[in-house]
Amino acid sequence: MSAPTSASAALAGLFRTCPTTGLKVHKDADALIKANAVAATVALLIGGIAAILVLLTRWQTVHLLSDEQFYRWLTIHGMNMLIFFIIFFEMAILYFASAVLLNCRVPAPKVGWVAFGLMVFGALMVEWTMFTGRADVLFTSYVPLRAHPLFYLGVILFAVGAILVTVIFFATLVVAKREETYTGSVPLVTFGGITAAIIAAITLGHGAAIYIPTFFWSMGMMNVDPQVYRLVWWGLGHSSQQINVAAMVAIWYLLGALTVGAVVVNEKISRTAFVLYITFISMASAHHLLVDPGFGPSWKIVNTSYFMYMAVLASMLHGFTVPAGVEMGMRLRGHTSGLFGWLRRAPWNDPGFSSLVLSVVVFGFVGGITGVTFGTEQINMVAHNTLRIPGHFHATVVSGTAMAFMGVTYYVIPLIFRKKVAFYSLARIQPYIFAGGMLIFSLSMTFAGTFGVPRRHYDITFAGAPFSLEYSPAVNLMMAITALGGLIAAAGGGIYILVTVWSVFFGKPLGDDHSEAALAGHVPPGLYKKPFLELPTEETELEEHGVLGMMPGTMILVMIFMVAFVVYYFANWKLLSAMWQIG
Amino acid sequence: MYKTGLTAPQGVWWKPVHKSEKIWFTISFVWCLILFAMMPLWHLRGGQNPTGIRARVEPSAYLARVTQFIGDYGTGEFESGIPVVAPPPGAEVYLLASQYQWMPVLKLQQGAEYTLHLSSLDVNHGFNLYPFNVNFQVVPGYDYGLRVTPTEAGDYRIVCNEFCGVGHHLMVGKVLVEPAGAASTDTSSESAPGGDR
Repeated sequence: MSAPTSASAALAGLFRTCPTTGLKVHKDADALIKANAVAATVALLIGGIAAILVLLTRWQTVHLLSDEQFYRWLTIHGMNMLIFFIIFFEMAILYFASAVLLNCRVPAPKVGWVAFGLMVFGALMVEWTMFTGRADVLFTSYVPLRAHPLFYLGVILFAVGAILVTVIFFATLVVAKREETYTGSVPLVTFGGITAAIIAAITLGHGAAIYIPTFFWSMGMMNVDPQVYRLVWWGLGHSSQQINVAAMVAIWYLLGALTVGAVVVNEKISRTAFVLYITFISMASAHHLLVDPGFGPSWKIVNTSYFMYMAVLASMLHGFTVPAGVEMGMRLRGHTSGLFGWLRRAPWNDPGFSSLVLSVVVFGFVGGITGVTFGTEQINMVAHNTLRIPGHFHATVVSGTAMAFMGVTYYVIPLIFRKKVAFYSLARIQPYIFAGGMLIFSLSMTFAGTFGVPRRHYDITFAGAPFSLEYSPAVNLMMAITALGGLIAAAGGGIYILVTVWSVFFGKPLGDDHSEAALAGHVPPGLYKKPFLELPTEETELEEHGVLGMMPGTMILVMIFMVAFVVYYFANWKLLSAMWQIG
Repeated sequence: MYKTGLTAPQGVWWKPVHKSEKIWFTISFVWCLILFAMMPLWHLRGGQNPTGIRARVEPSAYLARVTQFIGDYGTGEFESGIPVVAPPPGAEVYLLASQYQWMPVLKLQQGAEYTLHLSSLDVNHGFNLYPFNVNFQVVPGYDYGLRVTPTEAGDYRIVCNEFCGVGHHLMVGKVLVEPAGAASTDTSSESAPGGDR
């Protein structure tokens, strides 16, 4: 009764029968995943170079770029990281979570290539307008700041391509079900992929709804209200980061399974949490509109709270079930000593595992707590448009999402590209460098923001302004530390690009010998130890382990999280109460 | 049978939840309700809410109001070429954001309530009050009228913190708050109790 079911068999089968595994992984899925992953990496490289230039300008001691160049590179940074890198990578994940995990072919692969072509063409159009100074409007391009019409058209084409991929994703689910490539319900990771795809459809719909009118506006053919623009645009801008959240959580479950054979503690809880994302998370667009003149308090409160924080509840549930699954997986394999023996014995030198842990911890403790706090209607008054905001979202999108994406790449290289991971010893330390740098970056940036230091600002010495203003010396220190952290993270990002590009284009093929002796030191250990296949089949009674079950360590960890959350949240109310009376 | 997130569950997976998960679910749920309740509660009991008076306004009409406001309460002084205005307590105060200037310079009195209107002549701007870190979005076509009571005297700056073009970082304005009880400026503030709000 314990025959490995189709998905894990597919994964294992793929691995064993490489490199001629047309049976297990459809070659179109293979090629489409590769193409999208490569495009994502190119965008990451451009965005990363832009990041360094922006960073070295905000560090007032260096102040590298001119004002015009600064805002241009900041636009390039935002578009490449938040739209091109992230969405190309998510397209790869969608093909993986559907065709590969369900052991299915890609229906209409030609449409997949048309979609990819549209996305690349659209992205190039946007890059051209940005690099030639025709779109110095930053990532948000708030109307009535005006960019060249091709900037908006490029985004529209990119979004249409991405919508096509989500359509293919859903079609793959239908085909897999009809052709019975799997039995039972879809795996949890695929369920997370479905969540991401549904949120993507909502998001890209908003993108079309705002960029199409704005495209016509940019040619003088119609009016776009600036406040309506902000409302609908954030339906794209914020929701696209919620695709990330869903995709990232799916990858958490994936990495947990691949690295330590993490179990799903309860399918009902994890899947319900994903459904809560679908129903409520897109409301978070209101986070950007809390101090806007266009909306009243009821609208702000209901929306910013995702209707009573139901999406926060979802994240807190995943934040429990992911580490609990890891802990239980480790305990089932005999790592039972003490509360944290499972953590001590965990494969910390597996870049997939370290990425997973760093992604969960920084996303939760820094990104999550600050996000909920700053997204509170009143507290937003002491956060809006200050450095606290980029401090927050670098902890979510970069330390959370990008870190998880990087971690899974170390498995994708051997599984999909069928190559050994080049410079594997560098890959092993990469997550620590990247996440460590980003942590320093996010914390110092958030701290500088508490002094009111504006985001998206060329010169906080305000040289040439009509009135002088000098921030506390602490701000200068924080900006220098931010730059330092950012440069460390950029080094980590550079290692990632080096490892992936080298592996994919010049890497050694995996070969047919998949034994530990042949692969150790070349690929992450999860691939030859295969913990995801070696699960105990006997159900031990969970109740035997008392109230805390098989996850007492996780219970302690989430309680620490809870205390940090409560303290930070109420400290911000305290900060707010010292302000002028405003109503 | 135990399974990972890669495995397709067979049959019914809607199974009872273990106690530990129930405990965490309950704690999380209660916390979410507290997070939610804090916002309406602060509207009732707190002193800082971004509610304000919100209306549409044509930029040209708003400019006319600002001009009127400067005419009514202007002190005749200029700082860096920007007129200085000292409205009496309780007045409607109109602040105009435009590329790349805050207009006018305001002189307010500590402890007095004003309705501070914010709007823009051209693109989005951001209102940030330094050294207090308080922020509002300034959107063209919309009038955001916030009832503010400066609780501390001082020499404040207004920093634009929404990207508004290449001169964005030069956009700094000024607000002076004079201490309560100090000899008020020459403006006609005879009807101003003001100090004990």
